[in-house]
Amino acid sequence: MATPTASNDLPAAMIAGLTPATDWVIVLPVVLALVGAAGLMVVRRSNGMPVIGAVLVLLAIIACEVSLIMRIAVEGPLSMTMGKWLPPFGISFTADIFGAAFALAASVVTLIVVLYAQLERAEADPRDGFHPMVLLLLAGVTGSFLTGDLFNLYVWFEVMLIASFGLIVSGGRPMQLDGAIKYGFLNFLATTLFLLALGLTYGLLGTLNMADIMRVAPLANTAAMTGIAALLLLAFGMKAAAFPVNAWLPASYHTPASAVSALFAGLLTKVGAYALLRSLVAVLPASRDLLEPVLAVLAIATLVTAPLGAIAETQLRRAIGFLVIGGIGAVLAGVALPNLLGVAGAGVYIFHAILSITALYLVAGLVEIETGETDTRRMGGLYAANAPLSVFFFALVLSVAGVPPFLGFWPKLLLLEGGVAEAGLGWWGTALVVALLVNAILTLIAGSRLWAHVFWRNLPADTGAPRPALAPKSTRSLAFGATAVLVVAIVAGGLWPNPLIEGGQRAAADLVDPTRYVEAVGLAEVTP
Amino acid sequence: MDFILAGLVGVFIALGIYLLLSRSVIRMLIGMTILGNGVNLLIFTAGRVTREIAPIVPSGLEVPPGPIANPLPQALILTAIVIGFSMFAFLLVLAYRAYQSMDADNTDNMRLAEPEKAPQPPLSY
Repeated sequence: MATPTASNDLPAAMIAGLTPATDWVIVLPVVLALVGAAGLMVVRRSNGMPVIGAVLVLLAIIACEVSLIMRIAVEGPLSMTMGKWLPPFGISFTADIFGAAFALAASVVTLIVVLYAQLERAEADPRDGFHPMVLLLLAGVTGSFLTGDLFNLYVWFEVMLIASFGLIVSGGRPMQLDGAIKYGFLNFLATTLFLLALGLTYGLLGTLNMADIMRVAPLANTAAMTGIAALLLLAFGMKAAAFPVNAWLPASYHTPASAVSALFAGLLTKVGAYALLRSLVAVLPASRDLLEPVLAVLAIATLVTAPLGAIAETQLRRAIGFLVIGGIGAVLAGVALPNLLGVAGAGVYIFHAILSITALYLVAGLVEIETGETDTRRMGGLYAANAPLSVFFFALVLSVAGVPPFLGFWPKLLLLEGGVAEAGLGWWGTALVVALLVNAILTLIAGSRLWAHVFWRNLPADTGAPRPALAPKSTRSLAFGATAVLVVAIVAGGLWPNPLIEGGQRAAADLVDPTRYVEAVGLAEVTP
Repeated sequence: MDFILAGLVGVFIALGIYLLLSRSVIRMLIGMTILGNGVNLLIFTAGRVTREIAPIVPSGLEVPPGPIANPLPQALILTAIVIGFSMFAFLLVLAYRAYQSMDADNTDNMRLAEPEKAPQPPLSY
């Protein structure tokens, strides 16, 4: 057998007792989402049941994840292995602070988006399965954040992908089909490349458990492992929309309903970025060191080119799509910086981006509904019509650009400190610092230009087209309220960043030095 | 045996990537399938090809008596085949619907989401 850790003693490979009931909290978020999706599929024809059910399931998931984070904060990373087989034979779910915190952020924004989506549900076919697919998407995202096995990560990627296919074409307008073809092919190609890297990893190491790979990867051929890491970088870079392979994102994210694009922009690219952080920094650190110049170049190119795209774009949600890509550049910068501060900055940035980017898309959706337009050239004067909306938009632009005291400032501060600490050791420390600052300025220019066109200037005189009828007041105030809650949470998080920064640094310590992670899986005492 | 399979994997993946570079959606789909099968074959080869030793534990023993064929790649490939097939089915329907509603099989002509002659951005501010 290819498995190097194979032992000829059966009881040594099996878990003797039952999994303690409290450990189930690691898989419960995924289980609840999957069961909830199946249940909502059954009741999708009834009126009002799907949304109530989805909200209840999401509240239960959030409760599980809060208790999971509280346990991890006390006890360190937690692990549960399925099917009575000891790791590395059984499939492990392993949660550390980053994974659990991202899962929590993902379920919170999903709850907000489900409430917001009531605004657009009025026109949609009530039986189209929107709520089951949202829960399936969340199951895929949460599974990716919590799993401790690379092949399992691939499966969650595909769960996420098929749910997102359903959501992106739901409604079936030709523009959506066009976007879905580009989105579908390139993301399917990315997961196939990931599977290719998995096959090579299995051939080289005989294991796919992340904690086990951390132990045996240093013994393998360095060149071969670096090739695998480069393939993973390409695959996850495509998922995350990093610089040379990001064209699918602005081609597709603006086509579905705004609730769906908010969910995609908030969750999907961040899963790719998280997989990059986990696989390169924690699982294959030696290969990451060799790839460091490549990572730095990709980060700088992503950071600088993305906001330029946002400046040149007039379609509101497409322009914001370019800002999503700029955020991925910041995460890549953290992956390229090998010190604790850089990794902490990348992790906190993912957390911030899940919240801020979703909120930005939701505000853009409200703008589109208010004006009946999707193009900023035909918008204007919204400040007079809806002042709170303009405040939200501006606060979120400042947050995404990283202006103090908003949430986006703190991860960028960590990244800058990490870059300055690295400045003497190679050209890329200084270059990354410069690129991060240039990105902040360009993002600010792009965002404030959008704000000025949509809210500040007077409405261009030549748009005499009749406005579409607005949705009923109750659903509009529900959508506005849900967005407001998210924006207030982002502003509050920016004003009180200490728990976030401390948590980020503790999580980064576990990512850079995975001893506690490997111990949690239970592999420390097995000799390789 | 491994060398033949490895060569075949290379041919499959090269063919898949070549077809994916095409502008026609149907060719891209076929390329995707061939690429996926190449990857499945790669996992199969990576698990070490062993002939005619079934991974069955005889009754009375707790572990197989000697070396056995590795059953794990089959589980991995089965998962990948099921997922790949469902994705292929979805993309096939999507390509057909896109052909119906846009009258285009050529990705160069699919410009609804990204209009080709986009006007200049406003120069105010």
